Amino acid sequence: MGLLSKKDLKLITDPLADNNPITIQVLGICSALAITAELKASIVMSIAVLFVLGVGNVVISLMRNVIPPKIRIIVQLIVVATLVIIVDLVLKAFAYELSKTLSVFVGLIITNCIIMGRFEAFALANGPWKSFLDGIGNSLGYAAILIIVGFFRELLGSGTLLGIKVLGDPIEKTGVYAYGYENNGFMLLAPMALITVGIIIWVQRSRNEALIEDN
Amino acid sequence: MAKNTDSNVYTILFATGMVVIVGALLAFLAASLKDKITENKRIEKQQNILYAMGVNENDETSVEFVSKAIVGDEFSKYITKQLVITGTDVVEDENAYLIDLKKEKAASEAENRERKLPLFVGNKEGVEYYIIPVRGKGLWDAIWGYVAIDNQLVVQGVFFDHAGETPGLGSNIKERFFMDDFKGEHFLDGDLFKGISVSKGNADPKNLDKTDFEVDAIAGSTITGNGLAAMLKKDLQMYVPYLKTIKQ
Repeated sequence: MGLLSKKDLKLITDPLADNNPITIQVLGICSALAITAELKASIVMSIAVLFVLGVGNVVISLMRNVIPPKIRIIVQLIVVATLVIIVDLVLKAFAYELSKTLSVFVGLIITNCIIMGRFEAFALANGPWKSFLDGIGNSLGYAAILIIVGFFRELLGSGTLLGIKVLGDPIEKTGVYAYGYENNGFMLLAPMALITVGIIIWVQRSRNEALIEDN
Repeated sequence: MAKNTDSNVYTILFATGMVVIVGALLAFLAASLKDKITENKRIEKQQNILYAMGVNENDETSVEFVSKAIVGDEFSKYITKQLVITGTDVVEDENAYLIDLKKEKAASEAENRERKLPLFVGNKEGVEYYIIPVRGKGLWDAIWGYVAIDNQLVVQGVFFDHAGETPGLGSNIKERFFMDDFKGEHFLDGDLFKGISVSKGNADPKNLDKTDFEVDAIAGSTITGNGLAAMLKKDLQMYVPYLKTIKQ
């Protein structure tokens, strides 16, 4: 038997599509709206969440039998906040430039409902290895949506990808701008992120009928 | 399971234990890393000041400071004088760059005295630069920066930074395309102080008009931009009486 049994593999692949945290579980929407105006911010946030959710799920899973149920949400919050603050402090001391890039994400990670959501729904009821895989799977599913949304918002809103002007210069009127194309500034605002996520949900549901609820 | 994790006594004990452990851990970590973090912040200040006066390792689009290893030497090479202005009184102080603008503002207001204003005088290839530190409020948190001007009181370079503006929107105040727009801008109309506003729809997106007291705003970051303009207006104005004495 390999490192990952079929069941384990499902923990990783499921959240990528049919059980995606953003489009199906509707977790982590706030950060998906807030930071997807640029592709680079989406990628940084995805990596940060991958780390925090992977480690956090393991920690909560190890503590699952001793956490008093009455205060479990507070305990989860303390675990994730402590983890993030430790990483932030260590980076500030040993990798200052990196910490400058990440510091704006700290608040967004602590309050990200995908983290609390997976602690509550999975790590409290499963062992550490499974919880780790669940954390990785869900953060990859989250990353996929963030990167798709970030890609379209930056491309259509600013005409750039990762800061590179792929469509030409809007002020000098080169590239496609020479033919009268204009950037859509509305794409940079949060409502268009929600609409983009909505379109992804629509595409996903029309391809997979199992996801459509009966009324 | 034998252990009753639902009992009140257990819950209270668990909560107390957790708070003590987490509190001790974080306090220990913060205290033991404090020196390193303060040192990093000091180096960053020197890098920022040098960046504003054009001493940096930028290529076409990137924001690159002079490296950590040489910043101390570069700082003493390019920054010829550091002044502290208090009312009409001007003294030299080689640690003026360590003045914490936020604390100094609060202290001067509490003690009802004139605020100490740090000003850095740099010299690069024979050109004198006067670098003014500024600090204000963005959308979520503090924003700050350094404005370098020449002896004609024209902006020659700026550096802005922020604590927590929205990534991809307000956080772009520290990107080249925004900061470079300030080069050549005026903030005085003759003797009248105007500041530099960050304006939407100023009909000058190429920023060719350097005496319109405006730069082009970033889409989706209105409040950060307004905060930045207010910061420049408020903080630059305090230096105007002194700056008029250096104008040639």
